[in-house]
Amino acid sequence: MENKIKTDFEKAFKNFPLKEELDFKKNNLENFIKKGFPGKKMESWKFSDLNQIINKNLGELNFYTDHVQKNLIDTSLIIKNFEHNKIVFINGKIEEIDFNFEEKDKIQVSKGLSNQINSFKGNSLLSLNNAFCKNFYNITIKTNYSMKKPLIIYHMINKDISLTTVNSQLSFYLEKNSLLKIIDIYDEKSEKNFINTFYNFSLKENAILKNFKIDNSQNNNIKYSFNNIEQEQNTISETFILSNGSKFLKNEINCNLKGKYSSAFINGIFSLNTDKHHEIRTSVNHLVENTKSYQLIKSVLEDKSKSAYQGKIYVNPEAQKTDGYQLSKCILLDKNTEFNAKPELEIYADDVKCSHGSASGSLSEDSIFYLRSRGLNYKQAKKLLIRGFFLDVIEKITDEEVKNYIKEIMEFN
Amino acid sequence: MDEKNLNLVKDYKYGFSTDIENVKAPKGLNEDVIKFISKKKKEPKWLLDWRLKAYKRLEVLIEPNWQKPKYPKIDYQDLYYYSAPKSFNEKPQKLEDLDPKLLETYKKLGIPLDEQKKLNGIAVDAVFDSVSVATTFKDTLTKHGIIFCSISEAVQKYPDLVKKYLGSVIPITDHYFATLNSAVFTDGSFVYVPEGVRCPMELSTYFRINASDTGQFERTLIIADKGSYVSYLEGCTAPMRDENQLHAANVELVALDDAEIKYSTVQNWYPGDKDGKGGIYNFVTKRGLCKGNNSKISWTQVETGSAITWKYPSCILKGDNSIGEFYSIAITNNHQKADTGTKMIHLGRNTKSKIISKGISAGLSDMTYRGLVDISPNAVNSNNYTQCDSLLMGNRCGAHTIPYIKNKNSDSNIAHEATTSKISEDQLHYCQQRGLNPEEAVGLIVNGFCKEVLQQLPMEFAVEAQKLVGISLEGSVG
Repeated sequence: MENKIKTDFEKAFKNFPLKEELDFKKNNLENFIKKGFPGKKMESWKFSDLNQIINKNLGELNFYTDHVQKNLIDTSLIIKNFEHNKIVFINGKIEEIDFNFEEKDKIQVSKGLSNQINSFKGNSLLSLNNAFCKNFYNITIKTNYSMKKPLIIYHMINKDISLTTVNSQLSFYLEKNSLLKIIDIYDEKSEKNFINTFYNFSLKENAILKNFKIDNSQNNNIKYSFNNIEQEQNTISETFILSNGSKFLKNEINCNLKGKYSSAFINGIFSLNTDKHHEIRTSVNHLVENTKSYQLIKSVLEDKSKSAYQGKIYVNPEAQKTDGYQLSKCILLDKNTEFNAKPELEIYADDVKCSHGSASGSLSEDSIFYLRSRGLNYKQAKKLLIRGFFLDVIEKITDEEVKNYIKEIMEFN
Repeated sequence: MDEKNLNLVKDYKYGFSTDIENVKAPKGLNEDVIKFISKKKKEPKWLLDWRLKAYKRLEVLIEPNWQKPKYPKIDYQDLYYYSAPKSFNEKPQKLEDLDPKLLETYKKLGIPLDEQKKLNGIAVDAVFDSVSVATTFKDTLTKHGIIFCSISEAVQKYPDLVKKYLGSVIPITDHYFATLNSAVFTDGSFVYVPEGVRCPMELSTYFRINASDTGQFERTLIIADKGSYVSYLEGCTAPMRDENQLHAANVELVALDDAEIKYSTVQNWYPGDKDGKGGIYNFVTKRGLCKGNNSKISWTQVETGSAITWKYPSCILKGDNSIGEFYSIAITNNHQKADTGTKMIHLGRNTKSKIISKGISAGLSDMTYRGLVDISPNAVNSNNYTQCDSLLMGNRCGAHTIPYIKNKNSDSNIAHEATTSKISEDQLHYCQQRGLNPEEAVGLIVNGFCKEVLQQLPMEFAVEAQKLVGISLEGSVG
């Protein structure tokens, strides 16, 4: 792999004009070569051995994508349910940035290195992303501006890309009192690629971030997505994950609650079938007093699928009056399905309210019996129970448009 | 050792020191030392080979370092792996010679004076003591066909039983400390309860580390044959004045069809002083195998001592309908650290397990619950319930919960819950209003918090443990 990755790197950044950025990329490349894809020996990849998954499903990967010709956006994939701003990634390169619904001077888009991405040295996939990401974009929402319409980020990949790593990265700065809603939609016509996405969010006082990550289209790609969220005083972040379509998907959320009265909400749904293997790993760090976090993850597994949840709540000695909660539930419908959980609490302050719960098991026979006695057949009863199980999470979404959209794609309407 | 003392030691017929001389094996870990231990204990060849095999394995193993409490590297070549008990002359002769603090502790524990003497090794060594307890009731036990003796004695008298079961639950290829124990274990207890026998009394052992620079490596093997029942108590209640010492024991339990083993531990090794100097490293491997159908193994532990406690008493639920239970109270104060919990491995059908863990940390201490519940694809219709509660006292200590939950069977249910809290001002206020001083109030509240586990302990231990809970937390309020 080493030679391949080096020649691909040379090819991709032959005449790269920015020296500082190139050095940064080279450093990250070396770090990735040294560490490689993470395997199960690493605690954070204990339940999903990425190295093995890539070897088994993909084999030798390319790291170079030819971005010379402009790719046309397949407009049939654009969502028509509601008006929105958009950023379109095609094969890891941004082809369109469109903030047509917003006031021009309130949104600023710039290119260049973000100053926060260096802090995750242990994460080799982030190094890979830094090394091969085509451009570093920074998007700033100005003070006191609430975006009128949500921003949808489309991650599209062409049919002709195969056995390739696709790296994309975005940094968002939410200035005081601003609001940003992001919907991530993965839609790819390709098979057998490794897709690596990294977002960095920085929230200043009173800012609100809502991020909905939707992985709904059925595909055979291996995906990794990492969100880093830095929160100052009185900020709120809400993350919703729908984990459904890809062959493998790991969503990782790292959230630092650095300001008083900041809060983080992470809700997730795994709805998996046929050999799929998905994971959510969260780490919420309560660094100062009076912060709050809430996590709810629900999972329904069919037909040899596997899901894993690793959630960590860290409470600093200064973070008194922390309120932290974690709940993960799983319904295993078929034999050979597997649910792994590691809900972790690391607490160094005494005046805190922290708890977690985890439950997994089969569908309740009593509930099925009750519904059947009311005239439903087994299939209908099962469907109704699963719907109720998931709606609990979906109802937590605070944005009506998005909530309805998700209900629609999950066929719950 | 001079003649006189040698004779003294020889007087204890059932003590393991009868065949020990006061000659330490040379410092260090090598084949010669293992051969020396084996020779001193007059072991058969198969056991020596077994030890050497473990030693070979140890050479390729790497000491684990994933645990939360870190400790300075142990120089395994700087330890004595075999040493006779200190001569009695070196021990305190009268109660008055003892550290007054120690006496105070016993007074609070409510142990009568003659028992204090025993515990402090004034008349008899604590390890001797455990064997003599066995001797006291030897007749009753023999009548039922129950074997309760030291493992060295069992190797001589019941080699077939030992050969069959030794290492069957913790193989010599296990992790670093377990393998180290297999190579160099010096003594421990052996219990065999024959088919259909319900052991009429609690069996108990007191452990104690004697000399400095030694590691303590006991090996306990308990076998409950079909339809039998035994309750075994392990007390490590003798406080020590030694420097950091390694205690790496192995405990193996085997329960055959319809058998039940109840294993209770009250661990109060020397925890080090207020500044975290000294204390025992308690790295123990405890594992029970529910081999037969309808068998049951229940672990109860009260961990108040040791500088570092690092152990996970586990159950392998192999037989159908077998049950595993784990009840734990772990208390850390001052600079103590604990990383403890359990593993419940469900292999058989209709297996059930229950985990109740209560952690209390005070002072500058750090406490971790780490547990695994693993339901394999064949463990149809299995159930687990886990509850871990942590109580924090003060804002300089830590309490952590790291459960691993693996469910690979769609007919099985796992439920896990954990909470972290502190003693509320209201509770304290209420108790103090009723005339309790703050320390008594905390003791009362903590005992209430631990009640679910304390009531699992046999009577005599429960009273002792309850008092220990109060003592361990002394000085942590205010």
